[in-house]
Amino acid sequence: MSEQSTAQVETPARGLGAGISSILRNWSVPIFFLAISIAGIAAARLDINYLINEVVGRFGRNAFLVISLIIPVMAGLGLNFGIVIGAMAGQTALVIVTHYRVEGLAGFMLATVISVPIAMLLGWLVGKTLNQAKGREMVTSMIMGFFANGIYQLVFLVLLGTLIPMKDPVLILRSGIGLRNTIDLIGLSYSLDRAMDWLWNGFVFTSIGATRLGPWRFPLCTLFIIAILCALTTFITRTKLGQEMRAVGQDMHIAQVAGINVDRTRIIAIMMSTVLAAWGQLIFLQNIGTFNTYSSHEQVGMFSVAAILVGGATTRRATIWNAIVGTLLFHTLFVVSPLAGQRLFGVSQVGEYFRSFLAYGVIAVALALHAWQGRASKSK
Amino acid sequence: MSDESKATVRQYARNAYEQLGLPRLIIIAFLLSLFTLAVIMRMDLSILIKDSITRIGMNGILVLAMLPTLACGVGLNFGLPVGVIAGLVGAVTSMNWGLKGFAGFFAAMAIAIPLAVIAGYLYAMLLERVQGQEMMVGTYVGFSVVSGMCMFWLLAPYRNPAMIFALGGKGLRTTITLDRTFGKVLNDFLGFSIFDVYIPTGLLVFMGVFYVLIALFFKSKAGLAMRTVGSNPMYARSSGINVQRMRTLGVTLSTVLAAIGILVYSQSYGFVQLYTAPLTAAFPAVASVLIGGASLRKATIGHALIGTILFHTLLTIALPVTQTVLQGADISEIARMIMSNGMIIYALTRAERR
Amino acid sequence: MGNGNVLELKDITKSFFGTTVLKDVSLSMSPGEIHALVGENGAGKSTLMNILFGMQVIFDTGGFEGQVAVGGQAVTIDSPRKAMELGIGMVHQEFMLIPGFTVSENIKLNREPTVSNVASRLFGPKLETLNEPLMQSDSKAALGKLAVSIDEMALVGGMPVGHMQFVEIAREIDKKNVRLLVFDEPTAVLTESEASLLLAAMKRLSSEGIAILFITHRLDEVMEVADNITILRDGEVVSVMPRSEAKLDRIAQLMVGRKIERPVLPPRKSEPSDKDIVLKIENLKVDMPGERVRGLNLTVRRGEILGIGGLAGHGKVGIANGVIGMYPASGRVAKDGVQIPLNDPKHALLSGMAFVSEDRRGVGLLLDESIEMNIILTAMQVQGKFLKPGALPNLRLEDRAAVREHALTVIRDLDIRCTGPAQLVRRLSGGNQQKVCLGRAFTMEPEVLWVSEPTRGIDVGAKQLVLDLLVKFNREHGMTIVMTSSELGELRKICDRIAIVYRGQIAGVLPPDASDVDFGLMMAGKSATLEEVS
Repeated sequence: MSEQSTAQVETPARGLGAGISSILRNWSVPIFFLAISIAGIAAARLDINYLINEVVGRFGRNAFLVISLIIPVMAGLGLNFGIVIGAMAGQTALVIVTHYRVEGLAGFMLATVISVPIAMLLGWLVGKTLNQAKGREMVTSMIMGFFANGIYQLVFLVLLGTLIPMKDPVLILRSGIGLRNTIDLIGLSYSLDRAMDWLWNGFVFTSIGATRLGPWRFPLCTLFIIAILCALTTFITRTKLGQEMRAVGQDMHIAQVAGINVDRTRIIAIMMSTVLAAWGQLIFLQNIGTFNTYSSHEQVGMFSVAAILVGGATTRRATIWNAIVGTLLFHTLFVVSPLAGQRLFGVSQVGEYFRSFLAYGVIAVALALHAWQGRASKSK
Repeated sequence: MSDESKATVRQYARNAYEQLGLPRLIIIAFLLSLFTLAVIMRMDLSILIKDSITRIGMNGILVLAMLPTLACGVGLNFGLPVGVIAGLVGAVTSMNWGLKGFAGFFAAMAIAIPLAVIAGYLYAMLLERVQGQEMMVGTYVGFSVVSGMCMFWLLAPYRNPAMIFALGGKGLRTTITLDRTFGKVLNDFLGFSIFDVYIPTGLLVFMGVFYVLIALFFKSKAGLAMRTVGSNPMYARSSGINVQRMRTLGVTLSTVLAAIGILVYSQSYGFVQLYTAPLTAAFPAVASVLIGGASLRKATIGHALIGTILFHTLLTIALPVTQTVLQGADISEIARMIMSNGMIIYALTRAERR
Repeated sequence: MGNGNVLELKDITKSFFGTTVLKDVSLSMSPGEIHALVGENGAGKSTLMNILFGMQVIFDTGGFEGQVAVGGQAVTIDSPRKAMELGIGMVHQEFMLIPGFTVSENIKLNREPTVSNVASRLFGPKLETLNEPLMQSDSKAALGKLAVSIDEMALVGGMPVGHMQFVEIAREIDKKNVRLLVFDEPTAVLTESEASLLLAAMKRLSSEGIAILFITHRLDEVMEVADNITILRDGEVVSVMPRSEAKLDRIAQLMVGRKIERPVLPPRKSEPSDKDIVLKIENLKVDMPGERVRGLNLTVRRGEILGIGGLAGHGKVGIANGVIGMYPASGRVAKDGVQIPLNDPKHALLSGMAFVSEDRRGVGLLLDESIEMNIILTAMQVQGKFLKPGALPNLRLEDRAAVREHALTVIRDLDIRCTGPAQLVRRLSGGNQQKVCLGRAFTMEPEVLWVSEPTRGIDVGAKQLVLDLLVKFNREHGMTIVMTSSELGELRKICDRIAIVYRGQIAGVLPPDASDVDFGLMMAGKSATLEEVS
C-alpha cells in the first residue's frame, strides 16, 4: 500500500471540532435539502400549521415504504427499485379483501396476511434474477419494476374476467373484463391510522406564546407501527442473519470464502424488502382512501428512493435515520415546491415540474456521486 | 429423407436457434401469429404494412443511436433523452422562426446538432466518472434533464403564438403541430404508392444514409478503435488508443444521433411532443436493438436494423389486430411493456464471458 | 501411521491434463514444528496446498494419488470445510478481511457466537442475536496469543498491512482445535519491522504446540525460524533437512538447480555489446499492484535477447508494463538517446517498441474478434498501416485486402493452427493464441520487443515453438528482445544476459551459464560473488 492511502486513513473523530465536521460530512445532503426547504417555505409564505399537518400525514403514509429499502442496501444490492413489485403484491391483496368485503382493521389485517405469500414469491423471483445480474442490480430491479407492471396490467386488465373468473360489479369494468381504474376503499380508509384513537384521538391543539399551533392530526397507530418496524430493522442488523447480510454487502467473495451462502442471503434480503413494501403500500393506500388500480404503485420506487437519498443515504449505506429524515424533508419539499413556484414565477406548474426534477435529480446526483467516489477510492 | 440429411437439417435448425436466440424466436412467432390473425380477421393488410414501414423509418435513427455506446463499452444508453431534448430545442427554435419545409427541418438540425455535441460531451464526462454504473446514472440523468427542461418549456422566451398555450399565454404547448412548418417533409419527399402501400421514400432514404454512414464509420480507424475499447479496454490501451477519448466520442455520437432521430420522428409524426413525453424515449430504442440481437458487449448495424423492423412492426400491428380480435381491449401497450422490459432484463442477466 | 505427527503427506502425486506437477511428495510435521517449504514459482507448492485444503480444482481435474494423515489418522480432505474441521488453518497471501467490519467481526466472521431470542425460536437460528461481548473477548484472547496490541473494536479498513496480517492470523487461531497453520508468503507485503514481529509471533505459536507450514521465498527468514526445511523443485522433493544442517547457498542451489541444455543458437554477424546501447532505463518506478518497480536501472544492448528473471511479486513483470505505459510509471527511459514519454502507450509504440503482455486473455487479445483483427489492430491504430487513403486520417477505412494478405502471411510464418484468418481468437488453443499475440507485436516491426511470460499456460511443444520464434526474429531481423519470465530455465536457454529483479530493483545481471547458486541466491536477495558480465 502506498504512503498516500495510509495518510488518508480516517481517524476516529475526537474532540468537538472533529465531531462537528464529521456531522457535517455525514449529513451534508440532508442539510442542503433542509436549506432548500426553508428557502421554499419562506418563498411560499406557507402557513406553518398546514405544513406540519401535511408533512406528518405524508410521513405516516410513506415512511414504511422508505424503510423497506434499508435491508437490500445492507446486503449490497443497492437501492431496490423493485419495491414497486412489493407494492403490486399489496394491491393484489387489497383487491382480494375488497372483493370479499372485509372491512375495517380486520380487512386491513387480512390484506397484510394475504400479501405475505404473494410478496415472498415475487421477492424470490426478483432475488433470483438479481443474482444473475451482479453489479447491475439497481438498473435490473428498476426494469423489473416496469416489467412487472406489464404483467400486473395483463392480469388485472385482460385476464381478470376472462381466464380468471370474477364477477363483482363494484370492482370490474362494465364490459366484465378487467378492474376499474379507481377503487374506493371506504371500508379500509384510515383503518390503521385511527386504530389507536381510543387511546388519544391524535389531534394536537396547543400554543406557544402567541403562536397558535394546531390542529394537526397524527396517524397514531401507523406511527406506532413505523416505530416497531424501525426497532425490527435494528434488531435484524444485530442478528446472525444481519451480520451475514452485512458481510455479503461489503464483499461477496470474502463472505463466500467464509462459508456464507451469498446468493441465498441476497434473496432473503430482497424477499424481506418486498414483503415490507407490500405492507408499506397497504399503509399508503388506507391513508389515501382510494386506489388507482393501474398507477398507484408506479411512482412508489422512485419517490421512496429519492426520499432516502435526500436523507443522506448512499447506494451502500442507509440507516433508519436516513429514512426518517429523508421522508420528512422530501415531503416538505413536495408540499412546498408548487406553492413556491406559484409565488416566484406565477405558474404553479413550475413548482410541480421542479418537484419531479428534484426527485429525479436527487437520484441522479446521488448515484453519480457514489459511483464517482467508489471509483476514486478504488483507484487509490 | 436419409439419416444424414436429417442430421444436417437438425444441425441447421440448432444453428438457426443459436443465432436467433429464444427471445427473438418468441417475438418472430408472435409477429407471425399477429399477421395470421390479421389475415383471418380480413383486416386491410396494406394499411398495416404502410404503417409499419413508416414506423420503422421514424424510429430507425433513434435505435441507431444505441450502437455507439454499446460499441465503446458504455452499455445501453438510457440517457438518450439528453440528445432528444437537444433535438426538440432545435425543432422548437426553428418553428419559432417560422421556417417552413426542408428549410425548417435542416435549420432544426443545424441548431440541434451543436447543442447535442455540447450536451453529449458533458454527459460523456459524467459517465466517464461513474464507470460501472453508466446505465443507472444515465437513466436518471435522462429523467432529470427531461423534468428540468419542463421548466424551460414553460418559461423559455418563445413567442410564436402557434406554439404557446392558448389560455394564459405563458409557456409552450405540450404537443405542437408541425402542419405549417416541416411536418412530413421527409415522408412526402418522392413518396409513391405501390399495391396500395404508400412508400415514404425520403424517410427511408434519410434513414438509410445514416445507417450506411455509421456502418462505414465502424470500418474506419476511429470506428475500429471504438469497438476495440468496448470489447477489451486493456487491449485498446496497449494498442495506443486513448480509451477515455473513444468513450467520449461514442457517447457524443449517440447523443447527436438521438437529436437527429427525434427530429425525423417528429416530422413523420407531425407533432413535436414536449414536457414529459421524452421521459421514456430511451426504452423503445433500447428494446429494439436488443430484440435485434445485440448484447451488452456486442452490437452491429444489422442488430439495429433487424431490431427496428421487428419491434416496430410488432407495435404497429399489435394495436389494430388485438383491438379487432378482443373487441376493444387494448393489449398493445401491455405487450410493449412486457416485451421491451423483458428483453432488457434478458440482456442484463446474461452472463458475460471473459 | 500412528506416530503422533500433526501432518503426514505420503507419496502425493498429482497431474493436470497429463502434466505431472507433483511427484511422490512426502512431508511430515510434528506438533509445534515450524516447517519451511521453499521452491521457485511453479515448483508445486500451491498445488500441494490445494490438496491439503481440499480445493474443488483438485477434484475437478481428477483427484490425486497418495495419502494424507492428520494427527495420525488417515483422512480424506474433500472440502475446505473439512480441512477447517481437522484443525488446519490458512493465512492467505491476499487478505480475506472485510474492511468495513471491526477486527472482532472479522475474526469471528461466520463463526459468531449467538444467543437465542423470541424471534429465533419462532423463525430459526439465523435470527439469533450476536453475542458481541463474547466476540470481543474471544478476539482479544486470540490477539493476545500473538502478543500484539490491536484494538478489537477498530475497523479493519485503513489499518497498516501488518496489522491486517495479524488479524488474519488471529482469526485462524481463534478457530477451535487448530493445530496446523499454513502461512503462504506472509512477509511478502510486510515491512522489515512488521516481518520480524510476525516471525516472533510464529515462534510463540509454535511454542504453544501449533505446527506451522511456512511457505516463502525469503531464505533468511527460513534460516531464522524454521525447524526443518523441505525443498521442492519441479514437483519433486529434492531435499529435506533440519535447519542445523542447512546453508543458504545450498538451499538456493537446490531450489534452482537443474541441468540446462543450452542449445546452440545461430550466430550473429556481430555480438551485442555495451558500446551500442539501444535502451537506457534510469530510476524507473512503476505502480503495478503486486509487481511494483522501485527505482530500477537497466541498459539494453542493441540486438541482444535480455532476460529478466526473479520471483513473483518482486516487480519483474512491472518493468515492461511501466515502460510501455500500461501502469503509472515515473523515471527516465531513453531509446537511442531520445527520451520516451512515460504513461503514454501510443508514444512508446511509435518509438519503435512493441509489447506482448503476460496477461494474454486480459490484455493481449480481443477474444471475440477474428485472428486478423487481433494481428493488425495495433499497427493500424499506431502506425496507420492497413488503411485506405483518405482525407481525414481518423476516418480512413480499413483496407480489407491488405489485412487479409498480411494475416495469411503471419499465420503461415508463425504456423498458427486455425481454420482461417476470420476465426475467433477465443476458439484457439493457448499456444496459438500466444502466436497471435506475437504476430500482433511483429506486425509493428519493432526495434525493441518486450515479451512477458511468453510461455505461461501453454503446452510443452508450443513453448519450444514460441522460444524458437523469438530467436528467429532476433537473428533474422536484428530485433532486440527483452523477455521477462518466471521460468529461469527458458531464460537460460535463449538469452544473452539475464537480469534478476529483487524487491523492485535489479539485483544483478548474470550470464546464462552462471551457476545455480548464483541465480538462487540473487533471487533470494543474497548477492553472492557477483561477476558482472563482460
